[in-house]
Amino acid sequence: MKKTGAEILWECIEREGVTDIFGYPGGAILPAYDALKHSKLHHILVRHEQGATHMADGYARASGKVGVAVATSGPGATNMVTGMATAMLDSSPIVCITGQVGSKLIGSDAFQETDITGITLPVTKHNYLVTRADEVARTVREAFYVAKSGRPGPVLIDITKDAQQSSCEFDWEAAKPQLPGYRPDLSPAPAEYKQAIDLIQSSKRPVILLGHGAIISGALREVRELVDRGGIPVAVTLLGLGALPASHPLNLGMMGMHGEAWVNHAIQEADLLIALGMRFDDRVTGNLKTYAPNAKKIHVEIDPAEINKNVKVDVALVGDLREVLQEVIPHVDTVDRSEWLDFIDKLKGDAAVRDIQNLPDNGHLYAAHVINDLWRQTRDGDTIVVTDVGQHQMWEAQYYKHEKERSLITSGGLGTMGFALPAAIGAKVARPEADVWVVVGDGGFQMTMCELATVVQENLKVNIAIINNGFLGMVRQWQEFFYDKNYAATPLVNPDFAKLAQAYGIRSETITERSRVVPAVQAARKHSGAVLFDFKVEQEDTVYPMVAAGSALNDMIRRPSPIVETAADE
Amino acid sequence: MLNTFVVYVENKPGVLTRVSSLFRRRAFNIDSLTVGRTEKPEVSRMTITVDADRDQARRIEANLYKLVNVLLVENITHEPAMMRDLAMIKVAATHEARSHVLELASVFRARVVDVAPESLTIEITGAEDKIDGLLEVLRPYGVLEMVRTGIVAMRRGGKGSGASSDIPQGLAQIAPDEGVSYSV
Repeated sequence: MKKTGAEILWECIEREGVTDIFGYPGGAILPAYDALKHSKLHHILVRHEQGATHMADGYARASGKVGVAVATSGPGATNMVTGMATAMLDSSPIVCITGQVGSKLIGSDAFQETDITGITLPVTKHNYLVTRADEVARTVREAFYVAKSGRPGPVLIDITKDAQQSSCEFDWEAAKPQLPGYRPDLSPAPAEYKQAIDLIQSSKRPVILLGHGAIISGALREVRELVDRGGIPVAVTLLGLGALPASHPLNLGMMGMHGEAWVNHAIQEADLLIALGMRFDDRVTGNLKTYAPNAKKIHVEIDPAEINKNVKVDVALVGDLREVLQEVIPHVDTVDRSEWLDFIDKLKGDAAVRDIQNLPDNGHLYAAHVINDLWRQTRDGDTIVVTDVGQHQMWEAQYYKHEKERSLITSGGLGTMGFALPAAIGAKVARPEADVWVVVGDGGFQMTMCELATVVQENLKVNIAIINNGFLGMVRQWQEFFYDKNYAATPLVNPDFAKLAQAYGIRSETITERSRVVPAVQAARKHSGAVLFDFKVEQEDTVYPMVAAGSALNDMIRRPSPIVETAADE
Repeated sequence: MLNTFVVYVENKPGVLTRVSSLFRRRAFNIDSLTVGRTEKPEVSRMTITVDADRDQARRIEANLYKLVNVLLVENITHEPAMMRDLAMIKVAATHEARSHVLELASVFRARVVDVAPESLTIEITGAEDKIDGLLEVLRPYGVLEMVRTGIVAMRRGGKGSGASSDIPQGLAQIAPDEGVSYSV
């Protein structure tokens, strides 16, 4: 049966199991928008194309399905670049569809023409320029397959206007992906398994480094089995939070630049690191020259190009984490590691005493308290917290205890400010039954707050907690530590966020006292519509502990002790 | 050290850009890159030489495989292979110099492909150092213009090309690192 390229596009996307798409129309994508009337897809109109990509990303991370974002050519397409780079670095499967000027006009600098496939080469897993209707079906099928298989990532499909308009025979079955060079399904050799198992068996002081790959691969049960069976303590990356319940006795917590000091110490003292679906990002290793000097390293990773990129490893098991662990687990014996675990326990020292969550607020509103209270109020339900980038993101990671996978969505690798609100919209669309909380700084919120209109237009129940300290807080913190407290360009003059929310018809409250936090969260949970809280927290609070960039992982800047004095001496 | 990769790619628009963009993005410096057809019309073959240590070479290989259009990568640096570069060298050759230049060309088994009153153009094929050698001895006469194709390489012996073998079936083995082993 004959169909236009535009009709084929939507039909293929539907057949891929997608129900919702995020987009913004424009000239070169108009034929596709016109054809939406024949489609069952629910289109969510965003306010900026970057928002569409983050929504698709949030949708993908909340559900594990492929997210779809749509934009027109030229500026519509270039606005998507940040979202694609974000998805690329965090291995998130999204497909971005952009309109392109007519195929005869390509290269002529036509109105709203840009070479988006050229621009996005380094920030997509793969991209396509489609100039004929009969290429649409196969391209969409390939794009979805590439986006979600192996190490997931963003795929761009740039479709010329004439390819959308012209017609051809549509045959889904015949349009099978043809990717002779693409081999996402790798698996280790038996000898490599043996080496890894021998290392695990003979290790006295092992630590598992647990990353995002565990969630992507769906290896949660296997990870837990390995942990329980081997009695191996676990340090988690930012994107790995939730892959093992925070309450699991062997879950040490987050590692790295703002990880707990004892977690980093444990890594430095370990004799074996078992890296599961993580890539030794500089934020988790600190100085590579001094990183885990006594440890042998096993790297289980689906992307062969990650092996030995940052950290030289002794055994690499390249393959799907879940499949690899299924092979490994039966050969791992239960070993008594109480000596090692006691040692780690002692490393904690007075950390709990220094921990701000256990300290009185003395009339101050600390971000850590806000987040910890939010956790206590929302821990029982199906909650997704979506964070932005900066201090609030680290406090969330420290003080919100994630028990379940896909309960934290955050921009880790690229550190994209403005990610949280749109990603939360995507998460809510993907999992409408979940309680979605945006935890965002006052700086990042203003980068994409135009999407409040999308929240209202789609009538989405999204809860927004602005951690407002009147600064670009993390940058200010670096200026405090490393630039002599020269707060260049970090103080912010902000709008009244509560009034801003009201202008959109969103219920809001400005909160300056800790006693208001719990009632506000409770009220938000009862309210059926979106809410926004402007938490005016301590302005010059600092995320502790911290590994300065380039320092050894266990060389941490600690919270001045005791904080009680600092808090009281106002 | 200089590594030589033979890379089989799908013969599609934009694939050369993807490959060269990868080297730029990962900050590897291409010494020479040639691309051309193979015995299969749907497969193109690149010869890429790049300065890299062993570990970098392995990562280049792994990163090339991440490109969806890359079919097969062979690092033939440590294998017996034929390496050829082709150069055309236009030399200033006045009447007196002409016979000397012709003599040098014949010593290097190069061919004269164009003769003009003031110049000779010599075509030479061979390994890079042979061409460098000819260039060296011609320089005193005045090299007016020169062009080189960059290296093309082929493994010696009976084994067929990656383009004709059944590429999707054979999982390629990335050169293992010392102390690390895994297959790809």
